[in-house]
Amino acid sequence: MELLYASSVGVLVSCGVFLILRSRTFPVVLGLTMFSYAVNLFLFSSGRLSLNQAAVLGTSTEYADPLPQALVLTAIVIGFAMTAFVVILAIRGRTDLGNDHVDGQVPDKNNHNNDNNNKVKV
Amino acid sequence: MTLLWIPLLSLLGSIISSMTGKLTRNQSTGLTLLMPITALLMTISLAPAVFSGEVIRSTFSWIPLLGIDIAFRLDGLALLFVFMILVIGILVIFYARYYLSSNDSMPKLYAYLMLFMTAMLGIVMSNNVIQLWFFWELTSISSFLLISYWWHKAEARNGAIMALTITGGGGLALLAGLLLLGNIVGSYNLDIILASRDIIQAHDWYEVTLILILLGAFTKSAQFPFHFWLPHAMAAPTPVSAYLHSATMVKAGVFLLARFYPALAGTDIWFIIVSLTGLTTLLFGAYVALFKHDLKGLLAYSTISHLGLITLLFGLDTKLAAVAAIFHIINHATFKASLFMATGIIDHETGTRDMRKLNGMWRFMPYTATLAMVAAAAMAGVPLLNGFLSKEMFFAETLHQQLLGSMSWLIPVLATIAGAFAVAYSARFIHDVFFNGDPIDLPKQPSEAPRYMRLPIEILVVLCLVVGIVPNFVIDDILKSASFAVLGGYVPEFEVSLWHGFNLPLLMSAIAVSGGLLMYTQRHYLFQFHASLPSLNGKKLFDNSISALTNWCQVKINTIENGSLQRYLVLMFVVVLFFAGWPLFEMNQLSGQKPLTPVDVHNAMGAALLMIGAISTVIWYRTRVISLLMLSVVGLMVSIAFTRFSAPDLALTQLTVEVVTVILLMLALFFLPQNSPKESSSMRVLRDIGISAGLGIVIASICYALITRPLESISDFFLANAKTGGGGTNVVNVILVDFRGFDTLGEICVLGIAALGIYKLLINLPLYIPATDSEGRPWAKERYPVLLASISQSLLPLALLVSFYIFLRGHNMPGGGFIAGLVTAVAFILQYIAHGSNWIAERLTIKYRKIIASGIAIALLTGVGSWFFGRPFMTTWFEYFDIPFIGEIELASALVFDIGVYITVVGSTLMILASLGKLTANEPANAPSKEVNI
Repeated sequence: MELLYASSVGVLVSCGVFLILRSRTFPVVLGLTMFSYAVNLFLFSSGRLSLNQAAVLGTSTEYADPLPQALVLTAIVIGFAMTAFVVILAIRGRTDLGNDHVDGQVPDKNNHNNDNNNKVKV
Repeated sequence: MTLLWIPLLSLLGSIISSMTGKLTRNQSTGLTLLMPITALLMTISLAPAVFSGEVIRSTFSWIPLLGIDIAFRLDGLALLFVFMILVIGILVIFYARYYLSSNDSMPKLYAYLMLFMTAMLGIVMSNNVIQLWFFWELTSISSFLLISYWWHKAEARNGAIMALTITGGGGLALLAGLLLLGNIVGSYNLDIILASRDIIQAHDWYEVTLILILLGAFTKSAQFPFHFWLPHAMAAPTPVSAYLHSATMVKAGVFLLARFYPALAGTDIWFIIVSLTGLTTLLFGAYVALFKHDLKGLLAYSTISHLGLITLLFGLDTKLAAVAAIFHIINHATFKASLFMATGIIDHETGTRDMRKLNGMWRFMPYTATLAMVAAAAMAGVPLLNGFLSKEMFFAETLHQQLLGSMSWLIPVLATIAGAFAVAYSARFIHDVFFNGDPIDLPKQPSEAPRYMRLPIEILVVLCLVVGIVPNFVIDDILKSASFAVLGGYVPEFEVSLWHGFNLPLLMSAIAVSGGLLMYTQRHYLFQFHASLPSLNGKKLFDNSISALTNWCQVKINTIENGSLQRYLVLMFVVVLFFAGWPLFEMNQLSGQKPLTPVDVHNAMGAALLMIGAISTVIWYRTRVISLLMLSVVGLMVSIAFTRFSAPDLALTQLTVEVVTVILLMLALFFLPQNSPKESSSMRVLRDIGISAGLGIVIASICYALITRPLESISDFFLANAKTGGGGTNVVNVILVDFRGFDTLGEICVLGIAALGIYKLLINLPLYIPATDSEGRPWAKERYPVLLASISQSLLPLALLVSFYIFLRGHNMPGGGFIAGLVTAVAFILQYIAHGSNWIAERLTIKYRKIIASGIAIALLTGVGSWFFGRPFMTTWFEYFDIPFIGEIELASALVFDIGVYITVVGSTLMILASLGKLTANEPANAPSKEVNI
């Protein structure tokens, strides 16, 4: 099962990185979200995998490691805040720059007319 | 305690004087002077104790773990400098009142001057070398501000930048030296360092340490070859030059030599480096000074030369040389400050400082001329003036050293030559400016300066005379106690007096004076000779090397940073791939000793769904809605994984966050294109696949290697103490609100900041609402589904109840502030979806910004609360109470903290979504748009 878990994390990382490397903002946001899933799962697994163990004191003698859980819990919430920030930034960028390319301008291959006016309004 | 007040008062003065913009000039000056005068009185009250050999100390522990304290000490040397800094500072402030024109901002100059004064006082009084360094840098910064006081002039800006670069660079070397020194001794305390001479000098790193510290001292004191910043710093207003660039800041370098003299001096390397640097600077400065046509330029090079003299004295291997050095520090400060002030008057009254134009000023300003002539005579070393005495001592000491073996006679000869040049440039200062015919087209008609502008010069010149005629009465105590501090307890017998009989030093003086006068009369030949020399232009060298450096950096930056985010990311991922992957190849075996758990069918299915979801997200990434839906599958499977692996808190959090994220991304899609165009070439796609697959494999391998090894965790502590120490059985929650409560406080702050950032980003957003979706279909007209509206409304109280329950049980069962906050937020978001933000805005008037702020405030105040019980920040308290009918319940302060977390999470989440959501709610252009409270 460890192998399965590790490969799941690996697949999430791969897919996340691939999406992060795309040229438009929305896939990058999706990639970041997926990457943060992978990071959370990875951090969580540093407490080792424990099936059906107690999470609350007094119910068992064996407990799952609470420390990574506490760390990941806040990581999830902050990860959401960051995703939100990036996606709003993307919207703002699209509105201000007229395109949703990650560099704020589309490389000039076939889009000459509307995207070369890369005036950045702040 | 009094000790701390001396720099503190001056800092206070800086703040006070910066606020005197509305007052008259006299009021502003008076207020500013109040603080240094008080500090001076305090110093005087401390002086008798210091003279009797006592060292006054005052220490406040700050970071004891790093050996950094706020520590001040006042010994003889420090006392001497404190006097100099305060007295000359007071005179300069007084002088500046008359110097500044009505266009110049007086509070600004005063505030900077007082800040500088604080920094100088800090340097000389520090008993901790790191603290000393801090003040050292503060002098560089305040000097930068002062030089660039007339910021509209290019030369002022350039001079300021050059001074900052050179002295700042020296400051870095000094920091390295001081860190090494602290490492060698094992303490940053100055008392201990000064007492550890043998340890330091026997250490292997002694030479490196010494050179680094000397670099700091030499750059600050404008020693050759770092001297060239000082003439350019003369672009500062003249009071600043008088204070910083003659009397105090440049003396910080020689102060450093004196300060560390007991610990670092006495070795051959010290003598060679210090004395040769000093000698070169002495000669070079004196030579160049003669050829400067600018009055301040002459004084600047003369200052460089005198600083070289002092440095040379510290480098001579006799005890008396150090005494002479200290004496000359005092004398140079008095006559050079008065000369600068006199120059300021001349500049102020005539509009120029060019000696080729200034002639015959004697007729126009006889008082100033007299004062300047006395001071210049002191600079030349004419008898009856203080400069003569220390120069005499200097000549005597050059005769007593054996630095250069059989060639040691060279030093007195060169010293005499430098003395002759000093006489020559002093003569030029007097003769060229005050006599020598008539002025040549001056910008202004010269006249005598205002009465009180001359007062500071008069005081200093009287000092020059008094010290020069009756040195024993004035200077003995302070010179002895300062020498006592520099020589580490042993002071040789010496007597400063006017007349020592006919001896070799007197002859050297006589040669210097007559040679100098001869040189001045024959100056035409010298000027011709100098003009034929190739010019050694330090500024050009500096500018060239700086621009070469910046150009080189620019080229490097341009090659690396081409503005493409994808490229940066690829570079970073490749670096990560390399450094994370490399160790894996050096590992013998990937899997550890921990026995593997068998795979059951549920987990296999879950993993399969997760992977399918992830891959589908990638496959359909151009069709964004589908991609998003696939991503939500992944998120769901992640939260199920948390449930499966015994982490109910995480599962609950992930599930609620998932809901919020998907809603947010859906909303975002409304403003973004629905599809991504096909842009990447096949090569690029291949490359990206390679990188991402590589990273996936590496991370998976690390993950596998990690989870197959046995665990040694610190969690046992939390498990053992959660109930007894934190009063809760849900260890995860106890960690969040109790053990690591400080972290959580930081995290909710981040959450709040992100929400505020989003709020800010969406303000004034020019609306970009597409009328149709990407395929040209208009958006649906039925905005708010009736069914959802009615159900959600009745669902709200229920949802709030659930979240309340989750919150309350959080300390003992899965739940808590984060999860409850998210549940509440989701319940409200459902209302937004069902009714639209205008509908909510009519019913919910509270602003989310206030909610976030109050949440963080509650959490913070809970932490602060423990102070009132004499406990450290965020100590929690809990107790069990037996309440009739309800039973035993537990009350914990952590619960209040959790309320703060809860409120912040609710506020932030709603703010993020509602800010974006309200943009969609705006009616088409013809309908009146409503202001929505966010």
